[in-house]
Amino acid sequence: MSEPIQHGVEHENDHGGHEHHVTPPIVYLVIFGCLLTLTGLTVGASYIEMGVFNPIVAIAIGVVKATLVVLFFMGVKYSTKLTKLTVGAGLFTFMVLIGMTLADYFTRAWGRW
Amino acid sequence: MSDSTIITHGAPEAQHHEHPSYQRHHFESVEQQADATNFAMWLFLLTEIMFFGGLFTAYLIYRNWYYPAFVEASHQLNIFWGTANTAVLISSSFTMAMGVYFAETRRKGWLVFCLVLTFLLGLVFLGIKTIEYSEKIEKHHVPGFHYSVSAFTDPQSDPEIYKEYHDKPMALDMARHTELYFFLYFAMTGMHALHMIIGIAILGVMIFKARAGAYTAGHVTFVENFGLYWHFVDIVWIFLFPLLYLISRHQ
Repeated sequence: MSEPIQHGVEHENDHGGHEHHVTPPIVYLVIFGCLLTLTGLTVGASYIEMGVFNPIVAIAIGVVKATLVVLFFMGVKYSTKLTKLTVGAGLFTFMVLIGMTLADYFTRAWGRW
Repeated sequence: MSDSTIITHGAPEAQHHEHPSYQRHHFESVEQQADATNFAMWLFLLTEIMFFGGLFTAYLIYRNWYYPAFVEASHQLNIFWGTANTAVLISSSFTMAMGVYFAETRRKGWLVFCLVLTFLLGLVFLGIKTIEYSEKIEKHHVPGFHYSVSAFTDPQSDPEIYKEYHDKPMALDMARHTELYFFLYFAMTGMHALHMIIGIAILGVMIFKARAGAYTAGHVTFVENFGLYWHFVDIVWIFLFPLLYLISRHQ
């Protein structure tokens, strides 16, 4: 009766074969701090007049926050190649769908005024 | 008699190796099972991303078309509650991540503690959302339900918002499109809240199972995959918050 996770409770590389990665709490804590800081930053940025850059800054901060959540809270950084490929391919398809749709709608009136 | 019975008789011990009770028979190993489940969970989350993506696309198109209406309508949202709710949701993601850690390290008491905290923070989020929604109902800003444009055609009729932003009166044809903003606001935050309610319901069941020791005996797949779902709901809010609340606060 082999229970692979039994020994490697807190330590990585404690047992042979495929690892079940355990992210240490300090990583979660640091990411938590970063997410709260970025939330403050995005609120502050919305009060500064930056013209067209306001939405760009807001989206950029959102993307950084989402990336931190995906990589660390959701553990994609430590996951299998299959999961990484799945997430990457999914986001790529998502960007294509949104990008093509918006490119259509945003350019329909070009040259008509 | 089926063929499988004969095969089993033919090769008694060699065919069926021993494995933990939580490993399904069709998997070679616990690791393979965990990887397959993780893969499946991500496929589900991708369908969710596409689903919310449709709402985000609709939002971006209409915001582009009726930008002035979206700016003034967004000034009706309370930035304090929005920021507080973002902090609450991020905290709940943190407690969920810690819950996964305590399941992996087999500490039942701490796992239950983290799940209860996540559960409570989820409820706080919904409570704040209720405060915000009831304000929209009071001001007749629910689309299709005695919707009122008076706060936008005559901003001074809403002194609390006016003293902060000094919005200019909009022509009726543009002011009408604030209803579109609130339609998207309720569709997107409502769909997000529905995901929260489902998550909180599952968390409630998980707390009882965790107390019985279901996740601290080496089989943490369910806690991990629920964590993925909970973090995904957090990510949706991470984008909803700046898009709906922070369009243009500087005017």
